[in-house]
Amino acid sequence: MTDIVVIGAGPAGLTAAIYARRASKSVIVLEALSYGGQIINTPDIENYPSAAHISGFDFATKIYEQAKSLGAEIKFEKAVEIRDGGDVKTVVTAKNEYDAKAVIIATGSANRKLGLPDEDKLTGRGVSYCATCDGAFFRNKKVAVAGGGNTALEDALYMADIAEKVYLIHRRDAFRGEDTTVERLKSRDNVSFVLNSRVTKLNAGRRLESIEVTDKDGKVSTLEVSGLFVAVGRVPENQNFSSLIDLDEAGYAASSENCRTRTPGVFVAGDNRAKEVRQLVTAAADGAVAATEAVKYINS
Amino acid sequence: MAVKNVTVDNFNEEVLQVKLPVLADFYADWCGPCRMLRPALEQISEERTDVIVAAVNIDENPELADDYDISSIPCVILFKDGAEVDRSIGLVPKEALEALLG
Repeated sequence: MTDIVVIGAGPAGLTAAIYARRASKSVIVLEALSYGGQIINTPDIENYPSAAHISGFDFATKIYEQAKSLGAEIKFEKAVEIRDGGDVKTVVTAKNEYDAKAVIIATGSANRKLGLPDEDKLTGRGVSYCATCDGAFFRNKKVAVAGGGNTALEDALYMADIAEKVYLIHRRDAFRGEDTTVERLKSRDNVSFVLNSRVTKLNAGRRLESIEVTDKDGKVSTLEVSGLFVAVGRVPENQNFSSLIDLDEAGYAASSENCRTRTPGVFVAGDNRAKEVRQLVTAAADGAVAATEAVKYINS
Repeated sequence: MAVKNVTVDNFNEEVLQVKLPVLADFYADWCGPCRMLRPALEQISEERTDVIVAAVNIDENPELADDYDISSIPCVILFKDGAEVDRSIGLVPKEALEALLG
């Protein structure tokens, strides 16, 4: 039996592994895709203490190497279930089952989709969920950004420097994101606000050619764009574990300040946890707290 | 066999005109998910003799990215007999790339 199984090898999960190993607990980290989580999409991290500039890839690789060198075992398997047997928890993957004394869920979150027909088919053919990743493909082209939070605003601002024209489509008339970013967008000649409206259809040949937009009164218009950046929030990856943890209405995992869930021995850390601030440094902090609490739980 | 770097100048000979299926990885150096995906492609190129793995740097060969309507990377396209058969976009597990090959 392993002392601690960590689900997810992003900054929260890998930090938890580091802390657990330094407390001499055996650790298996299960990762569905690739270590690092969503930070690998970031070309340049500028807000992590001590690292004024580091790429997301390098940052992720460094934590991964650190966790491995301390003896954490990292397996690329997707956890689909946790069975709670009291002192023994069993984490189930497609291939294996892992018994553990404690489990830390650090699964992060995924992009929320618009849910339109052909959205998946057109992803990579005009539809994107990451402006800093894919923006360069739309130099001097017309694009739209859907969403009203900080990510949407920042995506629109980023694209305003690259694209010929940026439409910012938001279903309300006020933005959730920061006012200063809204003001900067208003000062750009090539940015148009399309408010009280939502994207209702994607029109494409081999690639996206236009989008249909419907306003709150039901009026339909068409925008000729070759790119659509979807920034309508994220979906926490807690669905597989909802029998053991409480989720809020948005699907985030409820926990105490020390990352404990309602199931003794099951902890949460990182972006899938209900909290106010989701940053690299808070993900790492969650990992440290959850691992310390898991160690305490095992030793008690 | 290692991953073969292909450019717009030799794309015809190295991808479209070869007999074996070709997995072509469209990537850029600045793209983190592309760097994450590369080890899986290298493993496939070492493990399998029935497929050629090629890499196309989209910054140096934007014409090729445009020809194949690529707007997100990594984008791995499976070519057979000179034509696209299937593609995979974004960071995916190695098994998903193997599934492309059938």
